[in-house]
Amino acid sequence: MLSVSLKKRLGDLEVEACFGRQGPGVTALFGPSGSGKTSLVNMLAGLLTPDQGRVVLEGRVLFDSRAKINLPPERRRVGYVFQEGRLFPHLSVKGNLAYGQRLAPKGQAWASWNQVVELLGLEGLLERRPAKLSGGEKQRVAMGRALLASPRLLLLDEPLASLDAQRKDEVLGYLGRLTRHLAIPVIYVSHQPGEILRLADSVVRLERGRVLGIDDLEGFRRLLDSWPKERLWLS
Amino acid sequence: MDSILAAFTLTPLESEALRLSLWVSLWAMLGSLPLAVGAAWLLARRRFPGKTLFDGLMHLPLVVPPVVTGYLLLVVFGRRGMVGAWLHDHLGITFAFNWKGAALASAVMAFPLMVRAIRLSLEAVDRGLEQAAHTLGAGPWRVFFTVTMPLTLPGILSGMVLAFARGLGEFGATVTFVSNIPGQTRTLPLALYSVLQSPGGEAAAQRLCIISIALALIALLVSELLARRVQARLKG
Repeated sequence: MLSVSLKKRLGDLEVEACFGRQGPGVTALFGPSGSGKTSLVNMLAGLLTPDQGRVVLEGRVLFDSRAKINLPPERRRVGYVFQEGRLFPHLSVKGNLAYGQRLAPKGQAWASWNQVVELLGLEGLLERRPAKLSGGEKQRVAMGRALLASPRLLLLDEPLASLDAQRKDEVLGYLGRLTRHLAIPVIYVSHQPGEILRLADSVVRLERGRVLGIDDLEGFRRLLDSWPKERLWLS
Repeated sequence: MDSILAAFTLTPLESEALRLSLWVSLWAMLGSLPLAVGAAWLLARRRFPGKTLFDGLMHLPLVVPPVVTGYLLLVVFGRRGMVGAWLHDHLGITFAFNWKGAALASAVMAFPLMVRAIRLSLEAVDRGLEQAAHTLGAGPWRVFFTVTMPLTLPGILSGMVLAFARGLGEFGATVTFVSNIPGQTRTLPLALYSVLQSPGGEAAAQRLCIISIALALIALLVSELLARRVQARLKG
């Protein structure tokens, strides 16, 4: 179980969000750019310190401003797939994948190498260097790397943003397969309704740092239908 | 035939100076490396009071006359110097008038160059990669040694080569601090200076010049090859 309640002032933007998740599944953070989505996942990962709030994951307090608890990212066990992949350029794909796997605490490592490699189709890429991968392949490796650290929560920050339409579809296919197999909650950041409809089962709508509403997929679909078409693509 | 062979054979004086130069520069380079990485890291990544002053002090050997640096080394690290006396009494290490002193002088003179090269390379490291490593469960030290350091390697290598080359050329601070003692502190530049002081030393001076130039060229060549290999590794 994940429960999040956070507040952070970032220049003119005040990010304030409160949401939760029971069990596995994909929660989408949906909103236009500049609505604080990335700041929010950075706070969950421990890369950005909130001004106030509390984050609890599976009974572990990751952050609590009142109790002065703020676990560093390396102790949170929150996997993060960044928009730009951020693969280590000096390591092979194999080295990248193994980086976090070695560091998962003994007895808590649930991710299996073979399963992850198979699910994401990484077999043929293992010996390659990140510089020799296509955008889609990079993102698949980044997902595999995050998973093999056996996280308890997986954050995906617009992992398809830098890909062309064809690659997007390819990675989206892998993502769908993957999320159906996962027993941990996933947070998927996007401003593309199409991706969310394919992957998520619950949607947190954000605008200017505030939560406008939390819907299940059905509610989100109805909302999209009621919007004028141009609004979908402007965001 | 014998005369041609003789032209390519180093005299005892030359080979002694050459060996000493390499030895002194090597130790100057290796000894200052950890400190230079530390200083570069502090300057690239940390904010602390007195940072500008620290930066300035570190660059001092680059801008003050080498004689000043040599004299200050003598005051601080000489047998009766504050640090020198303590090192001699407690650890049995003496810098005065031996090759260790020459290495220390070279290290101090080359330090700013080394720090600069490493710092530039460190500043170019994508912090996002370090963040990614943190989210994968790596603590600060592990991130430093598995991500930051490998990505800084080109700068570290070029800093090492710069420091080594600077050590080969070091004259002023060395001669002031540890004098010009054959076999102890008489490196190539000091040997060259000595033969020039004696009448009829031109021929010997020319040979020493050629040796110095050849050495410098080899150092540059090696560094270029190393840099290419590292770049190729990083780029995949």
